[in-house]
Amino acid sequence: MPESPDATEATRLTRLHAHEQASRLRAGEVSARELAEAHLATAERQNHALNAWLTIDRKRALAEADAADARLAAARAGGSLEAEHPLLGIPVALKDLVSVAGGQCTAGSRILEGYVAPYDAHITERLRDAGAVILGKTNMDEFAMGSSTEHSAFGPSANPWALDRVPGGSSGGSAAAVAAYHAPLSIGTDTGGSIRQPAALCGIVGIKPTYGRVSRYGIVAFASSLDQIGPFARDSRDAAALLHAIAGRDERDSTSSPAPVPDALLHLAESDDEAVATLRGKRLGLPREYFVAGMEPGVEAQVREAVAALESAGAIVEEVSLPHTEYGLATYYIVAPAEASANLARYDGIRYGPRLGDGDVLANYLATRGRGFGAEVKRRIMLGTYALSAGYYDAYYLKAQKVRTLIKGDFDALWARGFDALVAPTSPTVAFRLGARMADPVAMYLSDACTLPVNMAGLPGISLPCGLSDGLPVGLQLIGAPWSEAGLFALARGYEGLTAGADWRGREPAALAAADDPATPAPRERVAAPV
Amino acid sequence: MATLSRSDVEHVAYLARLGLSDEELTRLEGQLNHILDQYAILATLDTDAIPPTAQTIELENILREDVALASLPVEDVLRNAPARDGDFIVVPPILTERD
Repeated sequence: MPESPDATEATRLTRLHAHEQASRLRAGEVSARELAEAHLATAERQNHALNAWLTIDRKRALAEADAADARLAAARAGGSLEAEHPLLGIPVALKDLVSVAGGQCTAGSRILEGYVAPYDAHITERLRDAGAVILGKTNMDEFAMGSSTEHSAFGPSANPWALDRVPGGSSGGSAAAVAAYHAPLSIGTDTGGSIRQPAALCGIVGIKPTYGRVSRYGIVAFASSLDQIGPFARDSRDAAALLHAIAGRDERDSTSSPAPVPDALLHLAESDDEAVATLRGKRLGLPREYFVAGMEPGVEAQVREAVAALESAGAIVEEVSLPHTEYGLATYYIVAPAEASANLARYDGIRYGPRLGDGDVLANYLATRGRGFGAEVKRRIMLGTYALSAGYYDAYYLKAQKVRTLIKGDFDALWARGFDALVAPTSPTVAFRLGARMADPVAMYLSDACTLPVNMAGLPGISLPCGLSDGLPVGLQLIGAPWSEAGLFALARGYEGLTAGADWRGREPAALAAADDPATPAPRERVAAPV
Repeated sequence: MATLSRSDVEHVAYLARLGLSDEELTRLEGQLNHILDQYAILATLDTDAIPPTAQTIELENILREDVALASLPVEDVLRNAPARDGDFIVVPPILTERD
């Protein structure tokens, strides 16, 4: 661990939650520049061992921090500090599929290497308006296809709890960065579990909002009927504040909803007792199909313990059924690849990205796409193209869309019965070893068995840390009706209050000291046999 | 459900404009068939009376005001082009003259 007084101070600052950093900024006890410096130094020191970041933009971040300090000073002088956004001066990491004008945006792919975003994504604009400080861009599975970050063209990331294990994916870099105190907040995207599963595996909070809650303008698309943007944080209050900042209607994404963004997201209970009191009388469904075969006993034990704790606080827990759960995986792995094959047709080497081959147009397409995409992306494009091809459309794509209706109907029936939320594991296992699932795509796909039905139904789902199994984090998933994010966060905050004194809450990721050591191998050196 | 032959895999790769090596085609043939096996479970469900779901929120026919808005500057857009000539992107010819 760091020894110099400066390093100790940096460590102290990075341990603060975003809302604590905001209080100190307003009290004038710390500057946005000091916060940015502390987080940048931590990220730069540990990125060799974690590979959480693809770009750390120190110069831009410090300029933004200075601007935030100026804005804070003006607001202080003008007596309008209270009116400023809670994210003013707070460091944030963005998954490398969010456009930041003038910066690289690779989506984890060689086919976008060298591409410079010509404009800001909607959420980038929103973060700028709030005065957040963007530190850089994080690693991810190529085009968000994967559950481990191992499908990044730029090498895998490591889990801060155990460097020989994956952080989950596809938003693994964003999750690892927040878990390792490189930033208090980050942005991910979730198409089948890509926020919730890495949040679970890294021991932090992550929410996939309702489909349509956040505009996707300026985000690299994967599967457009499923993709949604959401926040990572180390507690529910911070995640809710970040969601509040990015949510809402944007004309440039016709799927973004005009549904009002609840201000309750900014006012979650501060006191643990108050938070716990809101749990009384809440109706929670426990879907029996989510306690699947192949679930690790340690995961099941922690999740069941969390459910018992919620019950002891006055929540009414009832076992329920989502009968079409077993069809979710097959349905998802038709719908998502089909949409991906269409979305990724745009990567043709004509307008941007590398152009390979020196033949005619067709030869260039084949070379650019054949060499520019990685193995998993090619697999999914092949699956999707096949599922949409003449003669197979009805048997695969149309069939999957019909089963999707049944999966959504399972959830709708429970909302009609008045459940406030469903409680389930986020991932059937804790973080697995680097390389363990790379040779078997289906084994990798099973990582998302408990998260992907939520995307199929367009619902919000949040993952919360709920304990450790063999020293590795376990995630508790809360699933809600459409637009019920504020309700989910109230439950999440209640559970946090309930477990505030738990031994595991005080634990830091076990591999941070190793991540500080420059002699520690990079994650890619730990992978035994890449495909 | 169907099984993919080697020539099916080659055909789908061509449709998707993916230039794949022999080794990749061989590996994909095995992997894709293994994944397709997982899809077989869907055939056990009777969905004749079920309408398809393409998206999950009740938003339809979203139109914005019919007013002209500024586009991105040409220079910003063309900066990423792999080959350009002035304000144009250079591409290989797609038409050839007949002799």
